[in-house]
Amino acid sequence: MINLKDLTIKKAHEALLKGEYTCVDLTNAYLENIKKKDGEIHAYLEIFSDVLEQAKAADDRVARKENVTLLTGIPVAVKDNILIKGRIASSASKILENYHATYDATVIKKLKEAGAVFLGRTNMDEFAMGGSTENSAFGVTHNPHDLERVAGGTSGGSAAAVAADMALVALGSDTGGSIRQPSSFCGVVGLKPGYGAVSRYGLMAAASSFDQIGAIGKTADDVQVVFEVIVGKDEMDSTSVTRFEVKSQNPKPKIAIPQGFVTSKGVKKEVIDSFNKAIENIKGLGCEVTEIDFPYLKYSLATYYTLVFAEESSNLTRFDGVRYGLHVDGQTGVEDYFKSRQAGFGAEVKRRIILGTYILSSGYYDAYYNKANIVRDLIREDYRKAFEEVDIIIMPTTPDAAFKIGEKINDPLQLYLEDIFTVPANLAGLPALSVPSGYKEVDGKKLPLGLQLLAKPGNEKILFEMAKKIENML
Amino acid sequence: MEIKDVEKLAQLARIELTEAEKQAYLKDISAILSYVDQIKEVTTTTGEERKAGELRNVLRVDEVKNKPGLNTKVVTDEFPRKERDYLKVKKIL
Repeated sequence: MINLKDLTIKKAHEALLKGEYTCVDLTNAYLENIKKKDGEIHAYLEIFSDVLEQAKAADDRVARKENVTLLTGIPVAVKDNILIKGRIASSASKILENYHATYDATVIKKLKEAGAVFLGRTNMDEFAMGGSTENSAFGVTHNPHDLERVAGGTSGGSAAAVAADMALVALGSDTGGSIRQPSSFCGVVGLKPGYGAVSRYGLMAAASSFDQIGAIGKTADDVQVVFEVIVGKDEMDSTSVTRFEVKSQNPKPKIAIPQGFVTSKGVKKEVIDSFNKAIENIKGLGCEVTEIDFPYLKYSLATYYTLVFAEESSNLTRFDGVRYGLHVDGQTGVEDYFKSRQAGFGAEVKRRIILGTYILSSGYYDAYYNKANIVRDLIREDYRKAFEEVDIIIMPTTPDAAFKIGEKINDPLQLYLEDIFTVPANLAGLPALSVPSGYKEVDGKKLPLGLQLLAKPGNEKILFEMAKKIENML
Repeated sequence: MEIKDVEKLAQLARIELTEAEKQAYLKDISAILSYVDQIKEVTTTTGEERKAGELRNVLRVDEVKNKPGLNTKVVTDEFPRKERDYLKVKKIL
């Protein structure tokens, strides 16, 4: 019996090389766990039928000692908005329920080359719009720590799969917290890389100037292993960058806390207490911790949502029922669009399309879209200046632990406010990582809380190093 | 905002909405817009000229890297309606 609970990529890799078990054994262990647990968690939309064949191919590769990487034979879960050629990629939407991807995303190509085993595609909020996986057209994902609560979102399936040992690692995507928030809710580690670090080619676009693909794992080291495989400039994504990686790291990083922002209205006492405790521990490591004030940070959420609605409504124009996806017939060709989009999109997607259409309409463009871009620059500038002085900025990942399923579904604005701590990193394009930092006890259940670390672009490495220290403190 | 504004936006976005959806969106959208309105408070010294992204003309050679026809079937298989290898749509004129 393989102990999946304490398994890491490097431990699994060692065991595979030593022949303690095979990739097929490992994959079977995960499949058994999925069978046992996923009925009540619903992290997956599909388990691929050829999983064991993939594992067998990885075993052959190990046996031949041919191009064996740390990820060879490692079972990975993939968010449903990342394309794997020939397989369904639905973004948890009815409009793409039966859509088969026609090419591999760059991250998938890289993982295939590394020999990873794709277990299946994970549940998410439809088109990555939401924060609880309740907007999936195919049912909600339950939090493994308390089945009555959400797993978070939008990469809720990926985070829940890792937390419940139904995958060793998973890919997610993060537009405004969609990797970090579910990672925090599920008690796992999640990284949103800096904008442009990882190619978005083959990721269904939500808001193109915000989206990044990243990894979710039980440990910072697992997340780092996957990140180092998927990072890199790609000519198929013009926004991907050649990174100027920060080489020499300060062994005792200088840390800043935006104290006024951390104690914003709506942030729960347990979160602030747990945060303060973590900061005391970090001070114990000999790190210098200072407070910092960002004048424009309080406008982050308003700026973020204005821009995101605009970009999402533009990106979703491609779903019209003509070339692929759901088609509903009307009287005329134009009516086909109206009917296909009505039947294919869920409530939150439609809401955002309408909002984005409003924001981009000629009469309101300057007041909303353009103004938000100006404020975005100011927020970015705040961070740029801050990172001249400090190495890491720390804040909580979320203002509270996971909420109950259904609790916020009828009040979209309330749900948006949950993203207060995660959206700034996307606005400024910074790498940000959530690492478990404690628990909040509610009705005898221990609900995980997360600490969020931000660094300057190109310096994901310092996040991994700091996260490893934090893991050791717990 | 009124119901007719929601209808106009839905028309522009090519989405049919039910009466119930229109009512719900009218309420939600008004609340959300009044929240994001706070960005209007921000005063800037640099003026409010039109902003665009920083990337300009990132180009690559437009070359065919696959064997011609290699992906034709995977693409045409996704067509909701087709005739031979052609995408079938309704009469435009």
